[in-house]
Amino acid sequence: MFLSSLTFYLFSSVAVLSALMVISAKNPVHSVLFLILSFVNASGLFVLLGAEFLAMILVVVYVGAVAVLFLFVVMMLDINFVKLREGFLQYLPFGALLGIVLVIELGILFLTDRSSNIYNNQTPLQPIVNEVENTKMIGQILYTEYFYLFQICGIILLVAMIGSITLTLRDKGGVKRQNIDSQNTVDASTAIEKKKVKIGEGI
Amino acid sequence: MITLEHYLFLGAIIFTLGVLGIFLNKKNLIIILMSIELILLSVNINFIAFSAYINDISGQIFAMLTLTVAAAEAAIGLAILVVFFRNLGSIEVNKINQLKG
Repeated sequence: MFLSSLTFYLFSSVAVLSALMVISAKNPVHSVLFLILSFVNASGLFVLLGAEFLAMILVVVYVGAVAVLFLFVVMMLDINFVKLREGFLQYLPFGALLGIVLVIELGILFLTDRSSNIYNNQTPLQPIVNEVENTKMIGQILYTEYFYLFQICGIILLVAMIGSITLTLRDKGGVKRQNIDSQNTVDASTAIEKKKVKIGEGI
Repeated sequence: MITLEHYLFLGAIIFTLGVLGIFLNKKNLIIILMSIELILLSVNINFIAFSAYINDISGQIFAMLTLTVAAAEAAIGLAILVVFFRNLGSIEVNKINQLKG
C-alpha cells in the first residue's frame, strides 16, 4: 500500500511538473518533449488504476504519433519563437492568480461535498482489480454495447485524415503525373511509328 | 491510501495548467494546441479514475473516444497551422483575421 502511494505521488508530481514545463519552456521543441514526459507519466498512473490497455494506447498513440507530429511541425516550420513569447511575463501574474484560484476551487469541490456523490459509502475507495483482464473487458464491451461508438470513431479519424490531407495538399506546376486513361487507350497504330533510316544517318 | 479525490485533484491541476498555457502563450499557436492536449489528458485521467473506483468499464471506453477525438483534433489543427504558416509566414494568433469574423 505504501509503495502504491509512493508510485502515485512520483508519477503525478512528474506529470504536473512536466505539464508546467510544457507551458513555460522557451523552446517549443522542449515543450513537445515535456509533453511526451507528461503523457508517459499519465500512462503510468493509468497502469496504477488498472487500465493497462489505455495506458499502452496512450503511449502508442500519443507519444508515438501525436507528439511526434507536433515535433515534426515544430521542426519543419521556420518560426521566430522569441517574438512569439512577447507578453508571457506581462500576463504571468494575472494568469497565475487565476490558476491558483481555479485549482483551490476545484480542490474544495472535490474534498468537501461527498454527500451527493454516487459512490457514497463509508470506506475509502480502492481501485477494484478484476479477475478478467482489462483488455478483454474492453473488447467484450466495445464490440457489443458500444459498437456504433467504435464505428463513429473510425469515421472521425477518416474525416480528420481526409481533411488534413486536403488542407495541406497544394498543386505544384510542372509535376508529371500518370494519365491512366491515355495509357489504356494506346494501341499499335498510335504507339509505334515506323521510320526509314538511311544507313549512316540518324533520325 | 490513494483515494479518488487524489486523482481528481491531479486532473484539476493539469486542467488548470492547460488553461493557463492557452492564457499565457497567447501568440504561439503550437503551444496552444499542446495545452489543449493537456486539457484532454486531464479529462482522460478523470474518466479512468472514475472508471476504476466505481468499477465500471464504460469510463475507459469513453476515454478511448476522447483519445480518438484528440488525435483527430491535433491532426486538423496542425494542418491548419501549416497552411496558415504557408500563407502568412508566421503563426501569431492575433494575425488570424482573414475570415473577418
